[in-house]
Amino acid sequence: MLALVSPALLVILLLIVLPVGWLAWQSIYHDGFTLENYRRVFTEDIYWRSFALTFEISLAVTMIALLLGYPVAYLANSVPKGWSILILSLVVLPFWTSVLVRAYAWLALLQRTGVINQFLRYLDVISEPLALVHNTFGTVVATVHILLPFMVLPLYATMQKIPGDLMQAGASLGASPSLTFCRVFLPLSLPGVLAGCTMVFVLCLGFYITPELLGGGRTVMVSMLVSRNVELYNQFGAASAVAVVLLLSVFLIFFAVSRFISLDRVLGQK
Amino acid sequence: MNTTRNFGFGYALVGAMVLSGTAANAAGQITFVSQGGAYQQAQTVAILDPSAKKLGITINQDSIPDAWPAIKTQVGSGKPIWDVVDTPTGYCLRGGEQGLIEKLDFSKMPNAAAMPEAYRSPYSVSYEFYSSVLAYSQKTFPKDAPNSWVDFWDVKKFPGRRALRNHPIATLEAALMADGVAPDKLYPLDVDRAFKKLEEIKPNITVWWTSGAQSAQLLNDGEVDMEMAWNGRVSAVAKEGAKVAFTYNQGILQSTSLCILKGAPNLDTAVKFLNEAVDPVHQANLPLHIDYGPGNPKAFETNVIKPERAAQLPSEPANAAKQALMSYAWWSSPAGEAAEKRWASFMQK
Repeated sequence: MLALVSPALLVILLLIVLPVGWLAWQSIYHDGFTLENYRRVFTEDIYWRSFALTFEISLAVTMIALLLGYPVAYLANSVPKGWSILILSLVVLPFWTSVLVRAYAWLALLQRTGVINQFLRYLDVISEPLALVHNTFGTVVATVHILLPFMVLPLYATMQKIPGDLMQAGASLGASPSLTFCRVFLPLSLPGVLAGCTMVFVLCLGFYITPELLGGGRTVMVSMLVSRNVELYNQFGAASAVAVVLLLSVFLIFFAVSRFISLDRVLGQK
Repeated sequence: MNTTRNFGFGYALVGAMVLSGTAANAAGQITFVSQGGAYQQAQTVAILDPSAKKLGITINQDSIPDAWPAIKTQVGSGKPIWDVVDTPTGYCLRGGEQGLIEKLDFSKMPNAAAMPEAYRSPYSVSYEFYSSVLAYSQKTFPKDAPNSWVDFWDVKKFPGRRALRNHPIATLEAALMADGVAPDKLYPLDVDRAFKKLEEIKPNITVWWTSGAQSAQLLNDGEVDMEMAWNGRVSAVAKEGAKVAFTYNQGILQSTSLCILKGAPNLDTAVKFLNEAVDPVHQANLPLHIDYGPGNPKAFETNVIKPERAAQLPSEPANAAKQALMSYAWWSSPAGEAAEKRWASFMQK
């Protein structure tokens, strides 16, 4: 057995355990053992502000993705097979476009001379262009777009496993469609909701390119602090400490979620 | 001999040459690193190819947008692969202080020794000049365009959207000039005063840009009406037909420099190359291919650069006189490093 899995273990060791271990080591060792990097992360308010902003944005993105994703997954689940394949393909299609291209596409749509502002001005709805990008708003819009599939797919997988008989049983007992939805379907789909929300939230925590390009320099998410510490201040230790704290928060979230549902489900299996 | 142009594949090439035994001797080659793109292509034609030919050496090229982290890891590992780096001058100075960059022996470099002292340091030689200038849209300002940082800060007289670089270097200098400090009286920077002045303009800054390409795009798309930008980026956009212009008045004259990594594998050849690269004639070739000025001011005396071309360049003496010459020595001092760190909290407040 061990012989069979050892190549896989080796890959994991080389690609994941060693680099992450090296990262963690750099955060506590620089010409001797030091906790200075962590002291800074936990006491300086730029770090606090960045972590707070990152969690706020992640929460907003998760909520919006849920509101948009749930109806899509529901629709894909309730239409005939051919249609559901079409809907899911449309959801997955943007996946094959680079994140960078999608960020620039949003820039083309949202900026002052962008498609949306031009159109609204043409219709005389607005006289001055709206500030749709180079701020937190633009960042959230583009991030939702990029992360939506991670919400729809777990939701769809969960909904697929809800037996249709239960809905019929509810209806035969005299419940209206909305009542069966609220009392039967919605509770049974909650594991999917939790799974989708966890995926989106956790992925959003580490977003980098989107806020960098669409945030106008003011939306400083944690990942940007990591890069800035390396590029601007040349402090690998400080960067590592921020990264370790971010990584631990992700583990903590997964741990909390795993107490409610099986982690396999969050990661898309079964 | 010729330089081998294979940006990003420098390592592979060095390896392949060693394996196939075509490298005549290790002293006859160096690995040179610059920032890639149109700029590296221009210097290949203007400086690197002629230098390689004259010295009879092979110049392997590599490119990286930001060399500093790589310099640190390479020298830190004790086995650097690169020899000569073309990088913002501040990194050469900081690297020198941290033991990452070789101290230069100017007695072996007559061309470099002849350059003005402000253009070199114990660790580096100015290689080319660019300028952080005030650029603006000619559509928004068909006449009476903003012409100084005082104008840039004057949101009543010059209404419009503005962008600045998301970086303290040159931005603090601009803020002080906006507050009335003369270009030649900037250093040591009054950091408190600069940040106070920046707080004033902050609500009117639409975008804090992080890359040169982004700054060009902002101006080109009409996303902003005026901004701080690098002169070469603005003229490139203007050449493509955008109605944009810039002024050298109160520009901040900056340079990249050549420096040699500590423990470079081909130190002797690297020193020879460094001297050759700042030869006035090679230097004068550079602006024929790109909108950057020569690092060696003697280039303007070679008659290679036509007067009308010289007038467009940031380091041409008359243009240079209108600008502030950046002090990299100040920026790599403890006060400069403290100012850099203060930037992050300024941006997030």
